[in-house]
Amino acid sequence: MFEYDPVLYSRLLTSLTLGFHAIFATLGVGIPLMIAIAEWMGIKRNDPHYTLMARRWARGFVVIVAVGVVTGTAIGLQLSLLWPNFMQAAGHTIGLPMFMEVFAFFFEAIFLGIYLYTWDRFKSKMKHFLLIIPIVIGATASAFFITTVNSFMNVPQGFEIIDGAIRDVSPLAAMFNPATPTKISHVIITCYLTAAFVLGAIAAFNLLKGRNHVYHKKALHLTMVSAAIFAIGTAVIGDFSGKYLHEYQPEKLAAAEWHFETESEAPLILGGILTEDNEVRYALEIPYALSILAGNTPDTVVTGLNDFPEELHPPLWVHYMFDLMVFIGMYLAAISALFVFMNWMKKWNAFRRPVLWAIFAGGPLAIVAIEAGWIFAEVGRQPWIINGVMTVAEGATASPHVDIMLYVFILLYAVLGATCIAVLRRMFKSNPAEHELEERGIAHTKEQNVN
Amino acid sequence: MSYEVIGITVLWVFLYGYLIVASVDFGAGFFSYYTKRTNKNHIIHDIIQRYLSPVWEVTNVFLVFFFIGIVGFFPQTAFYYGSALLIPGSVAIILIAIRGSYYAFATYGAKESRFFTFLYGATGLLIPASLTTVLTISEGGYISYEDGHVQLLYGELFGSLYSWGVVILAIVSVLFISASFLTYYASRAQDKGALELLRKYALIWSFPSIIMGVIVFFLLGGRNPEHFSNMVDLWWMFAISFLAFAAATYLIWKRRNYGTAFMMVMLQYFAAFFGYGVSHFPYLLYPYLTIYDGFTNETMAIALISAFIGGLLMLIPSLYFLMKLFLFDADYVQGKK
Repeated sequence: MFEYDPVLYSRLLTSLTLGFHAIFATLGVGIPLMIAIAEWMGIKRNDPHYTLMARRWARGFVVIVAVGVVTGTAIGLQLSLLWPNFMQAAGHTIGLPMFMEVFAFFFEAIFLGIYLYTWDRFKSKMKHFLLIIPIVIGATASAFFITTVNSFMNVPQGFEIIDGAIRDVSPLAAMFNPATPTKISHVIITCYLTAAFVLGAIAAFNLLKGRNHVYHKKALHLTMVSAAIFAIGTAVIGDFSGKYLHEYQPEKLAAAEWHFETESEAPLILGGILTEDNEVRYALEIPYALSILAGNTPDTVVTGLNDFPEELHPPLWVHYMFDLMVFIGMYLAAISALFVFMNWMKKWNAFRRPVLWAIFAGGPLAIVAIEAGWIFAEVGRQPWIINGVMTVAEGATASPHVDIMLYVFILLYAVLGATCIAVLRRMFKSNPAEHELEERGIAHTKEQNVN
Repeated sequence: MSYEVIGITVLWVFLYGYLIVASVDFGAGFFSYYTKRTNKNHIIHDIIQRYLSPVWEVTNVFLVFFFIGIVGFFPQTAFYYGSALLIPGSVAIILIAIRGSYYAFATYGAKESRFFTFLYGATGLLIPASLTTVLTISEGGYISYEDGHVQLLYGELFGSLYSWGVVILAIVSVLFISASFLTYYASRAQDKGALELLRKYALIWSFPSIIMGVIVFFLLGGRNPEHFSNMVDLWWMFAISFLAFAAATYLIWKRRNYGTAFMMVMLQYFAAFFGYGVSHFPYLLYPYLTIYDGFTNETMAIALISAFIGGLLMLIPSLYFLMKLFLFDADYVQGKK
């Protein structure tokens, strides 16, 4: 059997909670924007279908957000329980955005309560729409603040360590470190992208099931146009992220790319396997691409892993996580752009089954990409918890029984996840869109152009 | 006032806020379950749902605010409490997770289910019980600190009369605070049936809450004489608490001014909670940690306090808006909206 190691179990338990939370948090940040867009379209086009879309999405959203809230509470407490030394250092340096994140969430929670229960309470529809805005802002601000903490862990700054004590703290410098711009924009836009794709996948699923009401077509079109825009944004920001890594965390980029020798004209490596003496086999190499990603020109010199002492190398399997994330990102961009293009060509039918299947697959894949991205971000920082300052082992608790807690939490999340899915399915199955359209007397409004 | 005092005051106010709003929520869950067992649920179901649905998430944030805030202002608490509380803290997380999600599942998702209601009722009593561990161990003597390692002494915790006294105090207080609030809410809703039942609950739990308060007060004398003598010096705060209790119970008994009665309950707990807190001063954890040696650096303190003020300027109007729509709007409370 394994020897009990609180550090290992703390890592496992944290990745379990974060991995589970990330799904709900991502959707929780992204869906409010989609609801806002739908409600806005409903008002602007005076089309009750979009308003119903916003209503139904909001109903699902609240269940997702509930799990997001409780798992967020869990990770908030677990950080102190599993990483007391890290939190002590973090409290001194990066406590500000953590604190502000709670305010942002507070703000969101208040307006969410109001939004959900006031659909028919105001005379003007515009007033109700205004209530979603603080929710969108609160959700996105939460992501903003908490991601600055993660940025800080990658590029800590805004303090000095003198005789082992933290001094000269500048909370704003800690928050706005070099990792912040790319990391935040990447996290936020991929939240939007994922939310658009998950909602799009639901619409595609309904159409595949033969429910051909124009409501589903409108939902698919709305989500795919949004997804295409977010996907382009994601690609652009991804390029900046590559340049950021090259500049500030070259070892992370090198690990992601299995790049060992410092050199110019570095190729980008896709897939492949690594032999025992670190040779890359069976990989697809795109010449110059890594140099271009890092510095826009083929002659950019990209630092290789051999320049770093071996004990500071992140695990090299993060390469697969990186590839998975990038590959899925490209897939989402391609498929959403394809749909939008096909729909734009009036004579083509964008609602063909293969296209619908491809969009449907995009929903779960987007979630996989989010997980892969976070695993890459976190494992790629190994062995550090605060890059260059504190290792993961130094940050962890020494308590016994973390292993038991791990098993208990696996059980908890399994039960929560399963019930959440069951509840969502029952919710929308017992009250399908067609039924609600009929009930509200908007099932047979004139067939509008879907554009 | 020093930054340390401002910091701890802010946090204590939020913890007090949590104590009130969470008690209402926890107690409501228990009453909901209990009345279901005794087939009286139809009487109070609507009142409870109408109040809880828009606010349950807000309740949770008060708690998050406290434990994130305390790490921000007093980073060393993360080390001591974080290391000691792995198991009680995890138990609380699990209970909160179950409660929050199953509430949402039941309310938004599915038909009412007996099992969901049971979870909601049971966790309502277990969460306060598990959270009180923090206050209990802050008195000292429940943890050991050797060569840099903090450990919770479970035998000491489970074998201590004081610790169980606090647990019972927490549970009866939850029921009393909740029943007196819901009595007020039912009276606003002009729901006679609910009012009668909830008023009865409020009266049932009023005396246990004050008796447990007195018992715990004296049990603390055996546990932490230093803290106890500080509390005796602040006797007047506890006297205010008692008078407020008497006024609240009298009003509810006389079926008058339920709103004022609930304000009195809030005052009762405010005086007792701050009396306890102020006399605990300056210790965050007897005898290891005071607010002075556990404090963050000055720049961070200023930043946190500024963020706090900015946050309040945003939150207070929003909270007011929420309350205006769901608490003070007679038509909504009466179910006409």
